[in-house]
Amino acid sequence: MQALRSVDFEVRDGEVMALVGDNGAGKSTLIKCVAGIYSIDDGQIFFEGEPVTIHGPKDAAKLGIEVVYQDLALCDNLDVVQNMYLGRETHDPLFRLREAPMEQKTAETLKSLSVTTIRSVRQPVATLSGGQRQSVAVARAVLWNNRVVFLDEPTAALGVAQTRQVLDLVKRLADQGLAVVLVSHNLVDVFEVATRITVLRLGRNVAVYEKDKTNQQEVVEAITFGAPAPEEVVA
Amino acid sequence: MSSAAPAEVQAAAEDQDSIAAILRARWTAIRSGDVGSLPVIIGIIAIGLFFNSKSSIFFSAVNFQNLIQQMAGVTVIAIGVVFVLLIGEIDLSIGFVSGLAGVAVAYFQEAGTGHQYPGLIALALAILTGAVIGLIQGSVIAFIGVPSFVVTLAGLLVCQGLILQILGTQGVIGIQDKQINDIANYVLTKNTGWIVAIVFLVILAAADFGSYFSRLRAGLPTGNLLLTAVRVVFFGGLAFAAVYVCNQAKPRPGVPLVGLIFVFLVVLGAYVASRTTFGRHVYAVGGNAEAARRAGINVKLIRILVFMISGAMAAMGGVILASRLNGIDLTAGGSTLLLDSISAAVIGGVSLFGGRGRVTGALFGGLIIGMVANGIDLVGYSDAIKLISTGFILLAAVTLDTVLRRRQAAAGR
Repeated sequence: MQALRSVDFEVRDGEVMALVGDNGAGKSTLIKCVAGIYSIDDGQIFFEGEPVTIHGPKDAAKLGIEVVYQDLALCDNLDVVQNMYLGRETHDPLFRLREAPMEQKTAETLKSLSVTTIRSVRQPVATLSGGQRQSVAVARAVLWNNRVVFLDEPTAALGVAQTRQVLDLVKRLADQGLAVVLVSHNLVDVFEVATRITVLRLGRNVAVYEKDKTNQQEVVEAITFGAPAPEEVVA
Repeated sequence: MSSAAPAEVQAAAEDQDSIAAILRARWTAIRSGDVGSLPVIIGIIAIGLFFNSKSSIFFSAVNFQNLIQQMAGVTVIAIGVVFVLLIGEIDLSIGFVSGLAGVAVAYFQEAGTGHQYPGLIALALAILTGAVIGLIQGSVIAFIGVPSFVVTLAGLLVCQGLILQILGTQGVIGIQDKQINDIANYVLTKNTGWIVAIVFLVILAAADFGSYFSRLRAGLPTGNLLLTAVRVVFFGGLAFAAVYVCNQAKPRPGVPLVGLIFVFLVVLGAYVASRTTFGRHVYAVGGNAEAARRAGINVKLIRILVFMISGAMAAMGGVILASRLNGIDLTAGGSTLLLDSISAAVIGGVSLFGGRGRVTGALFGGLIIGMVANGIDLVGYSDAIKLISTGFILLAAVTLDTVLRRRQAAAGR
């Protein structure tokens, strides 16, 4: 089945690019293609100007592309440190885990992102609140010196205060020079943190807007009916 | 904490490591459903007191020796079960895999045939048999996606059939090889027993204090030094007490070799599960296989390796059981062996839902199963009572797990 067709999408260092669209527009599919979860049939991915091939999550991770999924992709039974280092544990030549440096680095990373509400990094993730869990997932992206971070509906399940926390975190990511892609249904959130906005509709990209030169009305129309006319679009 | 850290941070870290704070944190954890080994320890004490009141020899040295030999097979098989349960799967073939391994070890030492090998080679071949069966089952589960329940059910039938086929009309193979018979029946000399206890204490102390001081150097919360010492003294003391009791047994004083074997395998398994990347990935696959896959963990490989561990441990358990009987017959691997082994892991606190539990649970669970079987035999109750009581203990353990799981989930939100 063809989910996406002739989609062009770009994001630059230090900006928050919002990716919006109705249900089924292909936002999550696009992310999963870039993250190596799905393989692409056709088309090219450029990273820092170079064409790259991504065949699996490991390839994406190697390039410095990290995805924070809607369903979080954390292991509830593991603690914060274990989740942060999942699949990339620090170990000695005998595959023995080196817990102390992992715990130190986790604590430092959380502090650098001003995530202060987590009492202990040795708590199982199951005991954290939704916002804290989301923070852990986002912090994992930062820990690995990633260049591009995709956030899939990071605030969908959160209350007001926790949404605040996460949006602040998103801004800090871009401030640290990362390229951030924010997938969201919530246009209020999008307009609060995004630099630019890409609209997807029915598996095609419809328009790219500068946040400062558009408004919610225009974006909603693009989501629902497609872009009004090409010359109004800032590419 | 480095000396540059603000005073209040230092104070907080010290406060976190005080005994009162640790006990408080532990109590909070217990109330939110993380009870650790507490229920199983209470269970062991309760069962011990009960049988002590019914039989004067339950707490005798010779019965302790017996208990070690009786629980060995199930405990070793249960180590493999723990790994399988940790990734959220089940292995129903372990009973007859262990039986088949018993047949293999007997077959490969059979005197006067073309396939007689030295004992240790026969042992290695038997364990290899188990690992290969695990490899096949694990591959079908991981690559094709057939549920493990069905794959290992098929494995159960196939292995049972193979046992019948190999033993044939003869129906029994005796084991004359001394090395193989020694596995379950040899008793260490008194002094060797003491040396083992000393080595155990040294390793335990090195591991616990080593971890304490490496965390201290890294400026991380360390836990309380006194509590660490108490822990080392307690578990080291248990080892010395066990050696002391075994050395009092008559007519053959000393620690059974097989006790040393299963304690070694439990410690090894616990080490692999909690201190290596492989172990971490096992927990991750059991906790959230999709998250593990997205994190770049080779989930299929982990599943296959775990089923190989399960097969190899079942085989080792089977060899122990065959060695104890000095031979193998058509009942090998049958009866309640499969369910006892799974029960041991579950009673030891390993969740059937995956991702939660410890390898040491196999030891505790094996001990409880062994104590019930041993005690009921001593008191002279029937097998019916044995089955019924084991059933209720198992039900209690699973019910507890389910309730605690719900409680932990509730504590999170």
